[in-house]
Amino acid sequence: MNAPVNVDHEALARSLPLDKLDVSDPALFRDDVWMPYFRRLRQEDPVHHTAESLFGPHWSITKYNDIMKAELAHKTLSSDSSYGGITIRDRPADLRLPMFIAMDPPQHDEQRKAVQPIVAPGNLAKLEGVIRERVCRILDGLPRGETFNWVDHVSIELTVQMLATLFDFPFEDRRKLSYWSDRATAFPMPGGIIETEEQREEVFAECLAYFTNLWNERVNAEPRPDLVSMLAHAEATRNMTPREFLGNLILLIVGGNDTTRNSISGGVLFLDQNPGEFAKLRANPGLIETMVPEIIRYQTPLSHMRRTAVADTEIGGKLIRKGEKVVMWYISGNRDEEAIEEPDHFIIDRKRPRQHLSFGFGIHRCVGNRLAEMQLKILWEEILARFPRIEVVGEPQRIYSSFVHGITDLPVRIPAN
Amino acid sequence: MPQVTYIEHDGTEHRVAVEEGLSVMRGAVDNGVPGIDADCGGQCACATCHVFVDEAWFAKTGDRGEQEESMLSFAAATQPNSRLSCQIEMTAELDGLVVRLPEAQH
Repeated sequence: MNAPVNVDHEALARSLPLDKLDVSDPALFRDDVWMPYFRRLRQEDPVHHTAESLFGPHWSITKYNDIMKAELAHKTLSSDSSYGGITIRDRPADLRLPMFIAMDPPQHDEQRKAVQPIVAPGNLAKLEGVIRERVCRILDGLPRGETFNWVDHVSIELTVQMLATLFDFPFEDRRKLSYWSDRATAFPMPGGIIETEEQREEVFAECLAYFTNLWNERVNAEPRPDLVSMLAHAEATRNMTPREFLGNLILLIVGGNDTTRNSISGGVLFLDQNPGEFAKLRANPGLIETMVPEIIRYQTPLSHMRRTAVADTEIGGKLIRKGEKVVMWYISGNRDEEAIEEPDHFIIDRKRPRQHLSFGFGIHRCVGNRLAEMQLKILWEEILARFPRIEVVGEPQRIYSSFVHGITDLPVRIPAN
Repeated sequence: MPQVTYIEHDGTEHRVAVEEGLSVMRGAVDNGVPGIDADCGGQCACATCHVFVDEAWFAKTGDRGEQEESMLSFAAATQPNSRLSCQIEMTAELDGLVVRLPEAQH
């Protein structure tokens, strides 16, 4: 890595000419220095145009209320994959992936409704016991008195187990899910887990082949409450093209994987950095309820969602023209001091902790939000029941990405007794 | 002030005075009535203040707007008398309003 050392990012963020300010640089997130740059934009140019970036020209929306407005403007700000979909990075035109999050109504609504029952309240209640049993097994198996990577042992393991259950995916192959998920969103670069788009397509082909077998098995059987069977039987999805099936699989895998995983890791880190909050939590475990959404806000596991203007539209006093790329920076809106009190502090007993942007709002709002919260809630209940503390003993390593805001390594130690 | 009765999914009733001009969602949140999450804070941008309006009152609460209709279509267990309570504004005519809460907000 050639990250510049000893750069004073606070000073740089203040002194750069505005037209040179590019918050989409993935290195800002890998190096965990994104905050002052977004703060400057929120103060001086909240709807900001960047002419040149790794991802081409784009608009950055950085304040909470402007993001909310953009979320509700789905008629003028399209999510459709044919315009570039929902991430800042355009995939090559011939490799675009249709998936319901990257569709507009009415098709979006129909396909989303095909899978939505899996996370409806009744089904969540059924999953609770399974999740708790697994959380207990994972936590009881952790090493004591020695350093290990929390991300691999807990965050990834717990989320892939959950996903395997939702897909009714062969349990022994569950790590394939995180393998595919990581490669679906990775920024291609030499030495990276994905070096070229061709390599990514090979991984996608393997994923599609594996799931096509599951589909074939289930399409001729009675409908069952797992995601593959639901897609195979629902009116809106049973005639999908293979590319569309792949797109929706990737959506569900990434949606259920990276996001919860990074909130699980983030929570351990934040409580280690804020011993006063951990003490509050120990004294009153009931605060888990409000801590969980606060972890999700503070981590913001997906830094942004992208839209494309299909008509001229005005946001925050700026005219956005038809065809332009618009990035809603959730990670910045979640630190907007006009919407959230003391936004740079991790506070586990906020009054309205669910008023954050991490799940998005409007018709594309995260379908699995309550499942994610439930997983985190159970995890923290069981952590508190077992471990007096989890010490972070080394620097966390973060992903080079302006989309997935994630941690790959979190070295921790649980005291032996 | 007009009164609203919120009935939780388990049958627990909460009778609350809600100032005219405030939303039925706000009346619940400000008075600690459990079962209304209101994640978006009243902008009709989620569906976590979903209520079932008592049949006797349904017509008096007005019509669902386009955006409300769209957000409600993604809520679980909707019924013909489903509304987003952030979109029902309290008026003197709604004194005595009864709403029931779903099993969970989603």
